[in-house]
Amino acid sequence: MSDHAHSEILPVGGTDTVSTAWWGMACLIATEAILFVYLIFSYAYLGSQHDGPWPPSGAPSLKLALPNTVILVCSSFLLGWGVREFRRRRDNGRLALFLVGTIVLGTAFITIQGFEWAGKPFAFSTNAYSAAFFILTGVHMAHVAVGLLMLVMLLVWTLMGRFGDAHHEHLALGALYWHFVDVVWIAVFTTAYLVPQFS
Amino acid sequence: MSAQVETIGSAQRRKLLGIWETAPGLYGWLASVDHKTIGIRYLCTAFFFLVIGGTEALVMRVQLAQPELKVLSPDAYNQLFSMHGTTMMFLYALPMLSGFSNYLWPLMLGSRDMAFPRLNALSYWVFLFAGIFLYVSFPLGQAPNGGWFAYVPNTSLEYDPGINMDVFALGLIFLGISTVVGSANFIVTLLRCRAPGMSVNRLPILVWGTLTASAANLLAVPAVSLACAMLWLDRRYGTHFFEMSGGGRPLLWQHLFWIFGHPWVYALVLPAMGIVSDALPVFCRRPLVGYTLVAISTVATMILGFGVWVHHMFATGLPVMSLAFFSAASFVIAVPSAVGVFAWIATIWTGKPHFTTPFLFFAGFIMLFVIGGVSGFMTASVAFDWQLTDTYFIVAHLHYVLLGINVFPVIGGIHFWFPKMSGRMLDERLGKWTFWTMFVGFNAAFFPMHVTGLMGMPRRVYTYPSDMGVGWLNLLSSVGAFVFAVGVLLFLINVAKSLRAGEPAGNNPWDAPTLEWATTSPPPVYNFATIPQVASRYPLWEGRLKESDERSIIGDAAPDGMVLDRGKETIGVTPLDAEPNVVLKMPGDSILPFLLSIGMTLLFFGMLGQMIWLMVLGAVCEIVILALWLTPKPHAAEERVEVYE
Repeated sequence: MSDHAHSEILPVGGTDTVSTAWWGMACLIATEAILFVYLIFSYAYLGSQHDGPWPPSGAPSLKLALPNTVILVCSSFLLGWGVREFRRRRDNGRLALFLVGTIVLGTAFITIQGFEWAGKPFAFSTNAYSAAFFILTGVHMAHVAVGLLMLVMLLVWTLMGRFGDAHHEHLALGALYWHFVDVVWIAVFTTAYLVPQFS
Repeated sequence: MSAQVETIGSAQRRKLLGIWETAPGLYGWLASVDHKTIGIRYLCTAFFFLVIGGTEALVMRVQLAQPELKVLSPDAYNQLFSMHGTTMMFLYALPMLSGFSNYLWPLMLGSRDMAFPRLNALSYWVFLFAGIFLYVSFPLGQAPNGGWFAYVPNTSLEYDPGINMDVFALGLIFLGISTVVGSANFIVTLLRCRAPGMSVNRLPILVWGTLTASAANLLAVPAVSLACAMLWLDRRYGTHFFEMSGGGRPLLWQHLFWIFGHPWVYALVLPAMGIVSDALPVFCRRPLVGYTLVAISTVATMILGFGVWVHHMFATGLPVMSLAFFSAASFVIAVPSAVGVFAWIATIWTGKPHFTTPFLFFAGFIMLFVIGGVSGFMTASVAFDWQLTDTYFIVAHLHYVLLGINVFPVIGGIHFWFPKMSGRMLDERLGKWTFWTMFVGFNAAFFPMHVTGLMGMPRRVYTYPSDMGVGWLNLLSSVGAFVFAVGVLLFLINVAKSLRAGEPAGNNPWDAPTLEWATTSPPPVYNFATIPQVASRYPLWEGRLKESDERSIIGDAAPDGMVLDRGKETIGVTPLDAEPNVVLKMPGDSILPFLLSIGMTLLFFGMLGQMIWLMVLGAVCEIVILALWLTPKPHAAEERVEVYE
């Protein structure tokens, strides 16, 4: 094989928009995002067609939901900070600490949201509002749970030293998904908690 | 010199074969991630479902052949028409096109596989298991019985007890996973896995069609999955999404279903139109007229397709303003469709048509599309629709569009690409018999339904009174349906015969212009020994079209192009201009997709039986398998790519 004219050096796999995995995650996020659009549409449709006040039981309390929102947003910033630090220093130990912090905040979110649910004066099967409310917040909770599983796996791989110099796409994509879950919460929170305060 | 080139070629091919070949035996069969194997599996499975759905239709046509027959009970008829619709819409039409695209994309694009080969295998296995799931209650006489559209409150627990509609709701969510996964794979494949030089203005129209359909699926399927989840929750957990007494709204179902349903209908036809746009010109001995316009109108159809869903709901009492808007949008969508029709007619008109079997299927498609398009245009008018909705006129319309734009191009497309897939030609004489039998049978079956519909015969009802005067028209439809079925049978006979004794095809039997015809028939597992370098839209016709002096380099034997033989690799390119910018490591055989789909099946059966332990078992399987699947594997940061010139 001596007659080739030249050769080029190309990255293997690549990072960010060069890697196919990044585009795969973008597709996943697109389809999940539209799912939340349909969830919010359903909530709004049932509300718009409803006779009498919506929500029937009055606007939901912000006592738990508001601090919980702050917790989730903080978890996103913490993770973003951790990923940046890792890109600069390649320090697995520090990354693990950031991941543990994010997991703790995410778990706190789920727990507090669980208390918030338990305090509701209605159940899933009470009426159209309860159905729309629980499916919207419930599907979001499921996404937080999946995000947490991803973070746990990232933590395991970090402790195993799987992320070397060139291979931290997993980390970047896991973080991307977690940010997505948090951004969606802002939309869910606005729909289900903030808007009813003004109606 | 040429002898030396030959030896380099064969050594290189042996090496590539060693890297790419699937393991033998049962393991290899379950673990294969080769896009060609998966594509053919898709085609065969979808065709199997076509035969099942067709058989259901024939049984219904026996029942409807004469007024007041008692061949089927009303309940059996409900299950049959529901399963016929569900099977054809979900288990035949899109998977069939996915089969074509899975098989053809990497070959047409000059790549070695799809972007995510394991995801590709997963999408097939999930499709297969979801198809089985949807049929699991059929032998018990408990099959879905609320139509493929499953309108509430007819499908609520109160009016439809039994597991019938639970199977439907969960089955569609299950199948939706396959659709979304497959769509994401197509989108990323298009963006990344092409040959250098295969820029967006050189893509075959089939690629445009499947890309558009995939993008739409990604955005539309969650609507029906959500609606089905709500239906299941209403039925089994007493929620009130659709149930009036608790403030629910039945129309929410229709909105969600048709927000999905109408883009879905276009997803079933756009790739099939792409088949015609790519294959018809081969038999007219000229490039497609208006390539750019056809590509743009493909995308435009889909964008408009997201804004017409209410035309399925004209008779539900929505505000007049809303009806006017959606009626207008439904009229406008005729424009991009007409662009395609005129482009195909102009291609035939200005070309030198060769009347081969595929040509006949494609030309027949144009005629059926025009008839179906015109009846669709008619029902886009609210006033007209109010007269005809829920009559056989709509049945005629939807069969003209779905069989006309999906089945005819698909059978034509199989005649066209069968030589590439099998290395053998289909029998031409039998092929022409197939076409004429199917074409005559189809029109005899469905054209009279326009008339029965105008005479007021309602659809979805198991029989009709004799004084309606539509008995002879229905008899004609029934006879036509059986003639059509004979046509399908002739096709199957042709396939079976030609697989064994067909004429050897050679690389390019039709003298076609696109990349898939540059490699052997059937292609080697690695598709191209060296990655092609594409210089025009019609790489194999450059010599005679003389559009420019540049020539594509497609060396399968000669060493000219990237070899990429340091492991299972292909090249990744920039999304628009297709400049190579990354080496993509491809996964080898993997049993994980199969196992993941088994885990999913457990989960869905757990949900169907409301067995918590089975749901948990399925979910735990999923988590463990996904963790294994996604485990990071170490690889070099960069690689020197040999480019031979």
